[in-house]
Formats: sequence, structure tokens, C-alpha cells
Amino acid sequence: MAFTAAIQPDAATSRVTGSARWKPDIVAELAPVIRNDAVNAEYRHLVVSCSDVAAAATPGQFFQLLCPHPAGEQPFLRRPMSVYGADPANRQLEFLYKVAGAGTRGLDTLRAGDTLDIMGPLGVGFTLDPSWRRIVAIGRGAGLATLAPLALAAKRKGVHVTAILSARRPELLVSVDLFRAHGADVISVTDAEQSSGPTNVERILRQLIVEERCDAFFTCGSSRLMRVQQRLAKEFGLRGQIAMEQQMACGIGLCHCCVRDFNVNGEIVSRRVCWDGPVFDLSEALP
Amino acid sequence: MNAVTRATMVDLSVEVGGLALRNPVMPASGTFAEGLERVIDFNLLGAIVTKTITRELRAGNPLPRIVERPGGLINAIGIPSQGVPYFLEETMRHYAACDAPLVVSISAPTAEGFASLATELSIPGVAAIEANISCPNIEEDGKAYAIRADSTEKVTRELRNATKLPLWVKLTPNTGDIAEVARAAEAAGADAVVVANTILSMAIDIKTFRPCLGNVMGGLSGPAIKPIILRQVFQCAKAVKISIIGCGGVSTAEDVVEYMLAGASAVQVGTATFLQPAAMTTIVSDLGAFCLRREIPRVTDIVRGVVIEEADEPDLAWVNPRP
Repeated sequence: MAFTAAIQPDAATSRVTGSARWKPDIVAELAPVIRNDAVNAEYRHLVVSCSDVAAAATPGQFFQLLCPHPAGEQPFLRRPMSVYGADPANRQLEFLYKVAGAGTRGLDTLRAGDTLDIMGPLGVGFTLDPSWRRIVAIGRGAGLATLAPLALAAKRKGVHVTAILSARRPELLVSVDLFRAHGADVISVTDAEQSSGPTNVERILRQLIVEERCDAFFTCGSSRLMRVQQRLAKEFGLRGQIAMEQQMACGIGLCHCCVRDFNVNGEIVSRRVCWDGPVFDLSEALP
Repeated sequence: MNAVTRATMVDLSVEVGGLALRNPVMPASGTFAEGLERVIDFNLLGAIVTKTITRELRAGNPLPRIVERPGGLINAIGIPSQGVPYFLEETMRHYAACDAPLVVSISAPTAEGFASLATELSIPGVAAIEANISCPNIEEDGKAYAIRADSTEKVTRELRNATKLPLWVKLTPNTGDIAEVARAAEAAGADAVVVANTILSMAIDIKTFRPCLGNVMGGLSGPAIKPIILRQVFQCAKAVKISIIGCGGVSTAEDVVEYMLAGASAVQVGTATFLQPAAMTTIVSDLGAFCLRREIPRVTDIVRGVVIEEADEPDLAWVNPRP
């Protein structure tokens, strides 16, 4: 399809009927690709140039990407992708993705100079309570990409981050250097080293809580780790936030396909991950 | 004459089922909500059409609710609704500042339920009622009122007696003779028919051997269905005199032109908005540009303008544009 950019209606329509005051804060635009490189055996790092509005994305927010069609495949819908980095000064956006299906296989075909149709920034991201001085970020797999920009935001607010990064194998851990660059203490756990199980992660977290290094939990990418944190948060009276995933179509709350159930004070309520989230209160999340 | 002056001479306004619209482009019910106004200016739309409202709270169908296929999307959302009180308090207030007419889509399990909901929602601020008598997900095995002419006539008549507002009836493509159903809606007092809803369909995951949708079946939408719905608009246009609103796979201004030539006075845009959130407003401006290019002064001039008989001398001046 030939649509580009946030709508700038021309000619007959907008001049007569449009509202002069109206401005979009979500845009769909063709973003030139700056680079699209492999970072390890599974993950690719995509950097695009974008508008001010898109580059204003905050940690935990996401974009809907209209992925190119790889050979022989026709991904129809956009694909949600969390923001790995947003740089308003240079008007750039970064995404970290794993090639897993037709959409990401399409993304993998992009080369510098190509354009990618991006739509965003979307959703409710992470928030840092001013009273928090030390937070713990726990992510697994692609969830690490979602948490990485949080570490930078925390650093800028003078909040110390301890990051527990989980993966199947050590070489598949992503963002370790990035978290360290943002001043975080990094603890890596992997399936291969048998350190990523909930029991060991709970042991680490209890230690951090005892050492007063955890005012709040931030997590993404694992239901098992989420449950550990929920239990500890309740036990120690701590707060937390979780970035959740769900299959999406529109990304802006129109279609109600990405709903999940949440436990709000004992009552089960349905919320749209794309619009009400993707970041939710840890205590209300259900696996 | 410069381009701007000429462009403003194209008249995109249409009369549809008792409403005067500034242009023929509006959302399809279920694919529009408040969030879209952070991407497009609602005042550029011909009308606003709400998600289908039911009297009671409805949770919707089990997940997964959508599956993509080449050229289309199968959904089994199942009309999640926050009920009438929420609509009256929140949704109405939200759209109050918008000057595009507000069309409220309604659904109920019985004809009497449809009628009482129409009465309750016939209030200032609501410009028309769209009766969704065609959702394939809400009733057993995909059956809906609009599958048959007699049930369409019954529910439409109840609705007609229940409201003085313009009444639009949204038909289903999942019927043997949609023209007969449209005729029944017209006979019972509908001001317009929306042709049509999604096409009942199914997808199976060959890894798990299970249906892709939690509801097993769902409704296909998107470019894949446009030729089918276009045919149904054409058939309905021959059967009724009331307005027809085309709805099925509209993604571009060219699609709108096709629908209008087939007999639609306006169109609804649904799935295209999921891919391009500004699809509707882009279509409006592209439609103006099309008319300008073809020197068509009023977009309504092309409604029912498809030229079928070669022997006929087309009476539309712009069928053979100057080179």
C-alpha cells in the first residue's frame, strides 16, 4: 500500500474541515534504515532514522512495524516490537529482534538505505517512582530488549539498577554491555549453567532485598520469574512493573484482540495489552 | 486555476440513509475507538461509527481472537462491550467535541432487545443507529438475523418502530441471496443497508491440528474479501432504492471508487486502519484527488455509475477522460 507518514491530508478536505489545533502524538512513517546487524546467533539490531514524535518513545513503549515480505511469505498484520533505544537528539530508534516468524524474517531482509514503515510510539511504558533509589530489572530472552532502555532512564534519574539477565545459553545473552554501560550491576543466569531456575533467581533476589538493593521490580519475558517476583513483592511490601506480550492487530486499542486478564483486588478484569499496557502493575498480572 | 482552487471545487459530500456527510468515508464498527484520535483528526471523517454496543457487559470470545492470512484477517473478537451506562457516560462525552455525525452500532440477542436498545440510544448527540444484525460470532454456529430475509424484516420493523433516527442495517455476506435480504430491510423501513460484515471462515494450525481461533470460526476481512462484497453491493443496488454503504476490504480511494460505481453512496473502512492508522483520512484526500483528475465535480456523480451494457452510451461525461 502506498500510504506514508502521519496523515497530512491535502487539497479539498483538511482545508475545509480539519481542526487546526489537532496534532498527532502517534505517527506512521517511513523510517530509513541506518543499520540492521546480527548481534549473536539469534538476535538482530535494527537502527532507523525517524521523526521527533517517534523518537520521543519512552522505555517500555513499542512500535508496530509493517514488515517487508520475505520470499514466499506474506505477513499481513504489523508486528509489535518494543523499543530497544530512542534517541531524540539524533532522531533514531533501535529495535532488537529475534528472527522467529514471517514478520521478523521480513525485517531481516532490510539493509541500510531501505525504509521501514513504523507506527508509534505506542502503549504505556515503565514509570520510575521518585522515591525509588535502587531497582532490580529481571528479563529473559527478548524481554531484555524491553528492559534495556529502562536502565538508561534510571541512570539519568540517579536510580541504581541491578539487572538479572536470563537466557538459554551464555552466548545468547543480549544487552549485557548495554546494561553495564548504563551503570547497572549485571547478574547473568542461564539454562546451560543451571542458574536460571526460579529457585536460584529467588535466592539472588532475597539477597538483593536483604542488602536493600531492591525498591521495586521491573520484569519482562518470563512467567516463572514473574511469579517469583510477585511472591517476594508481597512478602516484602515491594512494588513492581511488568511488560507483557500478546498477539496484536491494531496496536491502538481498536480491535480488542490483545486482551489479557488481570487480578485487580481479587476481581478479574480484562485489559488491552496494546493500549492499557504493555506495562502493568506486577501485583495484578496473571500468567 | 491553481490546484488548491480546483481541489476545493470537488464536492465530496454525500447523503446517506438520512444523514448528510462531508465525505463518504467512515470507520467500520469494531475497528474504531478513541485511541485513533491520537493518529488522525476525527473531524476529517464523514462519520464516526462506534464499536457495537450491547446492553450488558460482554467479555468477548476466548483467545486467540485473530489470525492473519494472505490478504486478510480472520477475527473472532466476539463483541466485547462495556454496556450502555459506560457508553452514555464515557463514550458520548468523548465524541461530544467531534463534529462528524456519531453513528451508534448496536446488537442484542432478540428483536425486542434491539428495539429497546435503539429507543434508549435515540438521544441528542446520536445521529443514526446502525443495527449489527450480522455478526457471525455472537450467535450459535455463526447464524445471524441477516442470514434470512424474514428475520431481517422482523428485526428491522421492530427497530423502525423503536426509533425516529436514521436506521442503518448491517447485512451479512454469509447468505444465499443478499439482495433479497436488502429488500426485506428496505421494506421494513431501513434508511440504509451496510453491505456487508465479515465472511464466516476458519483457519487450522497444521502444527497442532487445532483451529487457529479460540472460537474455532471467525470473520474474514481485508483486501481478500473486496471482490465478493463489491459483487454483493452491486446486487443490492439493483434490488433497493435506499442508500448502500459498502464495507469490505476498502484500503484505497480506488476501492471507494469501485464501491461507488457498484452502487454504494459511502464506504466503511475497517481492517485497513489496522495496517495504516491514517488509512481513512488518506483515502478522503486521495478520493478528492481522483475526482479532480477525472474532472468529476461531485463524488455522488459516480454512484451506481458502473457501465455494464456495451451498447449503452454512457451518460457520464468522465467515463472517457480527455487524454
